[in-house]
Amino acid sequence: MFRFPRWKIASIIAMSLLAFLVIVPSFLAKDVRENIAKKLPAWFPFYSVVLGLDLQGGAHILLEVDAADVARTQVEALRDDVRRILREERIRITGGIGGSGRTVQVRVPDAAERQKAVVRLRQQAQPNAANALGITSPPTFEVRESPDGLVQLVLSDSAILDRVRRAVDQTIEVIRRRVDALGTTEPNIQRQGADRVLVQVPGLQDTNRLKELLGTTARLEFRLVADPGYSPGDVDMLNEFDKDGKPLGSYPVEKRVMVQGEDLTDAQPGFDQRSGEPVVNFRFNLRGGQRFGEVTSANVGKPFAIVLDGKVISAPRILGPITGGSGQISGRFTVQQANDLSVLLRAGALPAKLTIVEERTVGPGLGQDSIDAGKTAAYVASVLVVAYMLTTYGIFGLFANIALFVHIVMVFAGLVLLQATLTLPGIAGIVLTIGMAVDANVLIYERIREEARMGRSIISALDAGFNRAFATIVDSQSTTMVVAVILYFLGSGPVRGFAVSLGLGIVTTIVTAVTMTRLMIALWYRWSRPTRIPI
Amino acid sequence: MLRFRLAPDNMKFGFMRLRRVTYPLSALLSILSVVAFLTLGLNYGIDFAGGTLMELRAKSGQADLVTLRALGDKLQLGEVEVQAFGGDQDVTLRVRLQPGGDAAQQQAVQSVRAAVGENYEFRRVEVVGPRISGELVQSGTLGVVLSIVAVLTYLWFRYEWQLAIAAVIATMHDLLLTMGFFAITRLEFNITSIAAILTIVGLSLNETVVVLDRIREILRKFKRMPMPEIIDTSINAVLSRTIMTSTTTLMALASLVLFGGHVIQSFAVAMMFGLVIGAYSSIFICSPILIYLGAPSQGEPEKSGP
Repeated sequence: MFRFPRWKIASIIAMSLLAFLVIVPSFLAKDVRENIAKKLPAWFPFYSVVLGLDLQGGAHILLEVDAADVARTQVEALRDDVRRILREERIRITGGIGGSGRTVQVRVPDAAERQKAVVRLRQQAQPNAANALGITSPPTFEVRESPDGLVQLVLSDSAILDRVRRAVDQTIEVIRRRVDALGTTEPNIQRQGADRVLVQVPGLQDTNRLKELLGTTARLEFRLVADPGYSPGDVDMLNEFDKDGKPLGSYPVEKRVMVQGEDLTDAQPGFDQRSGEPVVNFRFNLRGGQRFGEVTSANVGKPFAIVLDGKVISAPRILGPITGGSGQISGRFTVQQANDLSVLLRAGALPAKLTIVEERTVGPGLGQDSIDAGKTAAYVASVLVVAYMLTTYGIFGLFANIALFVHIVMVFAGLVLLQATLTLPGIAGIVLTIGMAVDANVLIYERIREEARMGRSIISALDAGFNRAFATIVDSQSTTMVVAVILYFLGSGPVRGFAVSLGLGIVTTIVTAVTMTRLMIALWYRWSRPTRIPI
Repeated sequence: MLRFRLAPDNMKFGFMRLRRVTYPLSALLSILSVVAFLTLGLNYGIDFAGGTLMELRAKSGQADLVTLRALGDKLQLGEVEVQAFGGDQDVTLRVRLQPGGDAAQQQAVQSVRAAVGENYEFRRVEVVGPRISGELVQSGTLGVVLSIVAVLTYLWFRYEWQLAIAAVIATMHDLLLTMGFFAITRLEFNITSIAAILTIVGLSLNETVVVLDRIREILRKFKRMPMPEIIDTSINAVLSRTIMTSTTTLMALASLVLFGGHVIQSFAVAMMFGLVIGAYSSIFICSPILIYLGAPSQGEPEKSGP
């Protein structure tokens, strides 16, 4: 009990000092901290505790990629493929090529031709030949044929799943570019599960703008307005809206797309030179420029529609061939709208519609209030516990209080070193461990008193107290630890923060309440040579 | 030096006699909890029920509760719960889950913003869609079940079966009463409440373990002592510790309730209740069970210290 090797004393003191040093940056102002951090080597743990969104304010938005939308796009693409193949093979069909849900169907009346079509389509379903190991990937769709001439192509589950996975990857890329354009610091964008994306933007004030940026697919298409006498199967009736979202009218727009948003290389907000209206200036890539040049040359005098997510932005008349590879979109924008549209066009279109399935936004004011409230609670709890320990255990209480102080410092240091997120429930967890941390001391002290009452000598009572209480301390703390671990793995965000503080608190309790107190009591014993136990 | 003590030294109180009072009492409370849980149910927050929670602060003057309550009818959002807290300018506004999937929830937020956005600052907005709330129910339930299984496994390895069963019954008792507490007080039940409940399980076991460890120690020392006496001796020995620790933890929790802000309040209140129940059950529920189950067979008596 009382033989503490020097190295042990030194390492306990060093550990406590280190913990102090680690938490110092958290108390500095942000700019001071960043200045100092620049001068220090990168490995040096000179960073602040990470505050959760509930404390620093910000937006937490969970988005889901619409799998039905992904399937729909895939069915559209498949339908185009089928159309192309049948045309290439000169196979006659009756009626159109239908697509719904995850099925494309077409009616081929002639049996021989149908046979040819099915074989050709089955090849299409297996795009990759067997790899070196002879393993073929499963077909992307199944071709069914019925004697009455109906050929059905059904997309397989794995193909849709695979496409959703790729859509999520793409979505993350696009969202990152869009959020970066907001100019916020350190947004966190990550995949969550099979079809979700989590977007966390700290310190954001205007979540409406963020949500708008996230919620717009931004699929830009240049399509011709159909000539009178079109067949209804080849056109979409699309509406045009004004600034406030009131419909202005509708256009019959060809289903065929001339040029798409993915062929843009740049988009910038600007003002029209004549009217002074806000516009978006864009540039095509080589392929887009050529294509646009060709179509505009062939259709001079006709109107074309600039379509964004199925809505007509504007439908100008082609005055002459546009071959320069650049152009301008004007469509009754406000400055902000022109700005946002160019951000969206630069970032690219989302591969599928996104739905917000969860949103948690905390304003910076409330976050600060929560920090203040948490601090007050922590101070009050500390003062109460410290006073109570002092009145109950005197000098031993003082030792316990010193250990308690180091314990709190260490929990913070642990949070900083792990770069774990401190949340409001996390603060509650720390306050809770203030109450619980002294439990180990209480167990030890009560045991010492008991042993002393049974007539043991001081030194033997102290020794027995520490030894016997230790097993109970480990036992009782491990039950709480089990809970902390489970909470960590099951919880998210705030709850996880609670689990981390609780778990860290338990680990440091054992270090401070057991080892440190023991050291202090040992030193005290050597120094004062007491004749009776002071508790 | 005069010291402040809540439990006298050398206390010899016959706790086991009290089981004739505490068992019926706990049975009654347990039944009450089950009945409350089944009839009243829990007051699920948006984490589990879905919907929207907004915290508003009036930009000038007081929050106008009447106008805010009327929003539900005006915007056709169904029932809108408005609660004032803190100063006169702060309110929470809860909109129930709207029919029509995830997009409908966002629509509801938009319409509230459009209606009162000029006069109120939106300090917090939480929207939980129908599917997420379903998933949270699943993971919450899984969390509770897993913790119980983990804790049972721990107890099974750590203690003889009599002690393990006693600990399990005590833990279940605490869990049941806590659920009853949530049902009767209508305290909002959220994901953080699950965290509170699991922490209660941890704390309650902590108490139980301290008592059981002592019982086991005394069992080894005094093999011929009758069981009620062993338990009473053990409880009297650890009583001052139980009181000390419970008091310090209660102090910490009380300061959270009073000063920690309204977001954390229900969390801390639930935990205070659980702490008291946990201490009570470790003494009055867990230990007397051993009288009925009998003493575990003991090997060599533990060597006493030097």
